[in-house]
Amino acid sequence: MAINIKVNGRDWPVSADPDTPLLYVLMNELELKGPRFGCGLAQCGSCSVLADGVEIRSCQTVVSDVGARAITTLEGLPELYAKQKGLATVPAMHPLSQAFVDEQAMHCGYCYNGQTVKAAELLAKTPHPTEAQIRAHMDGHICRCGSYPRIMKSIQTAAAAIVKEG
Amino acid sequence: MDDMNSHPQDPARNGVAHLTRRGALIGGGALVIGFNLLAPARAQAARGAAAGPPDYHAVDTWIAIHANNTATIYTGKCELGQGNQTGLLQVAAEELEMSMAQVSTIRLDTNITPDQQATSSSSSIHRGAPALRAAAAQARQELLARAGARLGVQAFSLEVRDGIVSVRGENGFRKVTYGELLGDKPFNLQYEGTAPVKSPDRYRLVGQRPPRVDMPEKAAGKYTHMQHLRIPGMLHGRVVLPRGQRGFGVGAKPLSVDESSIAHIMGAKVIRKGDFVGVVAEREWDAVKAARDLAVVWKKGPSLGTNETVFERLRKDKSVDTQIASKGDAAGMMQKAAFVRGAAYRCPYQSHAPFAPNCALADPTGDQLTIKSSTQDVYSSRKQVADILGIPETKIRLQYFEGSGTFGRSCYEDATQAAAIMATATGKPVRVQYMRWDELGWDNYGPAHLAEVRAGVDELGNIIAYEYDGWQHGWTITSTVSDSALAKPGAERAGGSGSITVNPISTGSMYKIANRRVTSHAAPMANYLRGAALRSPLDLSFAFASEQTMDELAAALKMDPLEFRRRNIGDERWLGVLEAAAKAANWQPKVMGSQLSNSEIVAGRGIALGTHHVSYGAAVAEIEVNRKTGVIVARRLYGAMDCGLAVNPALVENQMIGQMTQSTSRVLKEEVTFDDNGVTSLDWNSYPVLRFAEHPEIIPVVVQRLEEPSTGAGEEVMGATAAAIANAFFDATGARMRQFPMTPERVLKTLEGQRT
Repeated sequence: MAINIKVNGRDWPVSADPDTPLLYVLMNELELKGPRFGCGLAQCGSCSVLADGVEIRSCQTVVSDVGARAITTLEGLPELYAKQKGLATVPAMHPLSQAFVDEQAMHCGYCYNGQTVKAAELLAKTPHPTEAQIRAHMDGHICRCGSYPRIMKSIQTAAAAIVKEG
Repeated sequence: MDDMNSHPQDPARNGVAHLTRRGALIGGGALVIGFNLLAPARAQAARGAAAGPPDYHAVDTWIAIHANNTATIYTGKCELGQGNQTGLLQVAAEELEMSMAQVSTIRLDTNITPDQQATSSSSSIHRGAPALRAAAAQARQELLARAGARLGVQAFSLEVRDGIVSVRGENGFRKVTYGELLGDKPFNLQYEGTAPVKSPDRYRLVGQRPPRVDMPEKAAGKYTHMQHLRIPGMLHGRVVLPRGQRGFGVGAKPLSVDESSIAHIMGAKVIRKGDFVGVVAEREWDAVKAARDLAVVWKKGPSLGTNETVFERLRKDKSVDTQIASKGDAAGMMQKAAFVRGAAYRCPYQSHAPFAPNCALADPTGDQLTIKSSTQDVYSSRKQVADILGIPETKIRLQYFEGSGTFGRSCYEDATQAAAIMATATGKPVRVQYMRWDELGWDNYGPAHLAEVRAGVDELGNIIAYEYDGWQHGWTITSTVSDSALAKPGAERAGGSGSITVNPISTGSMYKIANRRVTSHAAPMANYLRGAALRSPLDLSFAFASEQTMDELAAALKMDPLEFRRRNIGDERWLGVLEAAAKAANWQPKVMGSQLSNSEIVAGRGIALGTHHVSYGAAVAEIEVNRKTGVIVARRLYGAMDCGLAVNPALVENQMIGQMTQSTSRVLKEEVTFDDNGVTSLDWNSYPVLRFAEHPEIIPVVVQRLEEPSTGAGEEVMGATAAAIANAFFDATGARMRQFPMTPERVLKTLEGQRT
């Protein structure tokens, strides 16, 4: 049974067994750096990707269940953003990634795949999130280094930048 | 010295282009910091040809000047997410009179970088920078001498900016660049350590806040973490361990391994060495399944007790007792005190719990066994692998790649050793990654601690007597994998259990106390859990016990706890951080617990001091306690740190945010749980850490002291934070928490005890 998945706007044939979690396909066949292993239990958010714009845990999604959903990883966020905003050119970085640099937010940066993907999901639907909305929306994403306060600030910074950009 | 003389290892003559990560990334279109990376890449190829460590006393070990007027800085301290590469580059660029854009570091590599020992105890700037600063100062001195000869003037009439040396007062008429003077040739200079370093009043970069060099790649998802590495032809490996460790000394001993149990998984193979059991497979998911499905009968050990009974056991066990501080007559003066307060405090085992389980990749196909891993000490790691495999250290090359934040001795040595064992056994490169339950279940935990503290004050509020007795066990110096592979019981740190003692700095040293006794009672680690250094080792425990005692004395005196501490502090730097935290928080004088409310949700404020080794930390916490559910929410934390000269205050602030968030997590939520069958906290549900929705707002304050030597900044505000939260709990409820983590269950029990 041949499986094809659509990732970051491209179709990919999958050679893995159908019961393989999507994460292992993204890491080892597509050689993407965004989605990454954290717990394998859908508890931490390290492996998050968007499926038709909805954040899912790729470590607990078997590849045969992906179906026709369009997967977007951290790598595909700038392009998705350009499409959502109708921009003529794709920015080098999603405004969230830029905000993380501007706010000097991260420590090791490993959890920022999930933080970025989850926050991008939020801002696509809720351009002006309140602090309470951000806290609730991001709660499934652990940062062991404890950089939450600056992730919060970065999301607010990015939201302001996006609104300004129109 | 003839600078035109070619060195035998002249990098300019080496035609082999060894692409480093950064070099390789140029082709990938990734973000690159710095420029012209091919010259450094060539230089590194020559440097990497033989096993290190390179001569610590050669300037070339530390610095290479390239033809394009850039420099590579070789440090022996690794980036752990704390930003130390940025700080160390600032130090080097400052002395070299170059800009941040002209300097870059390379990753630690036992064939290339100097041996500066482990990146631990917040030592990167404190102990790592002085050698680098001195080498850079000597390099600048040499470059100026050469420039003087080239330009025909005395060195003292030269000035240098951005690596361009010019004759002072000539407006750049005569000038020469470092690159033109030395471009990719060695200094061939012995490191003297005597070249004059810049005085702080002339600093341009040190003390400033340049952004972290690693962040753009990390934010864009282009940074290479250890877990990202794959090489062609490699196998995926997993360790096979029981779910959750039993007592130290029992280890993971297989009585039988049924290899047929994984026959259904294509290409999966069992690897054994001594008691070590691992599996390899071509595809990662197959390796995961094989480790899951392999049928192993493990040896059971003696009764381990539980995380609740461990304190009684520590109190009873035969221990090595050491007098850590002994001044005056504490017991005698306690009788004369106007008020005496004291209690027993119970502090849990806690896990490093790195966000990503550790990973390593070993490749046996070259002249050396090349291992990439996230060890905090590449040279020590290399030796441990050599001991396990029975080969010379020079046959191993250890290269550091950053994983996720590790906070001390998580399972990085285990992953390193497992990869080395399996690569050697198969003759192929093997990438090993721990699973979540391996990492949490077989960690080298921060040990449990039991404290009995008593202190007394006179009527004026002077502390006249202080006694602290602390019980804990020692640390391991080996790892589970090496113990298994060598089929040897693990060893405790040299010096035995008594080598891990109560920290005298964190236990009352900040106050003028004429009569003070601190005694450490260290139990042997046998049949406790594996212990090791966890960020700010035991300092949360010491501060939780000691600083609550201080607050109790202030309350007995009906004195504001800030005023009480001011009165008793014996050092202006302790006073400096205390005042800075209080000022940031706009502290209002108050007797703690004097304005109790009957509301369901009550609020409190607390203040405390604490540190790890030599820096100074203070914190103020604002919390809320739900008296019905027992849930504590830390709303806002203010922290102050004095780490001497803060090379980059922005890095210190970011570190403080991390420390204070993590300390909140540790004092409110984290506890390794175990029963007679072993450790039971094996995932993020059973080992909960602070979540996004629960995080406090944090206001970090750096007390900058340009004239003082830099000291650690990666741990020193954690103890104060934990204790400030505990003191705030009392202010909110009028009850004292004698055990952490302060879980809802324990809070409700404490509040119930208050009513009866």
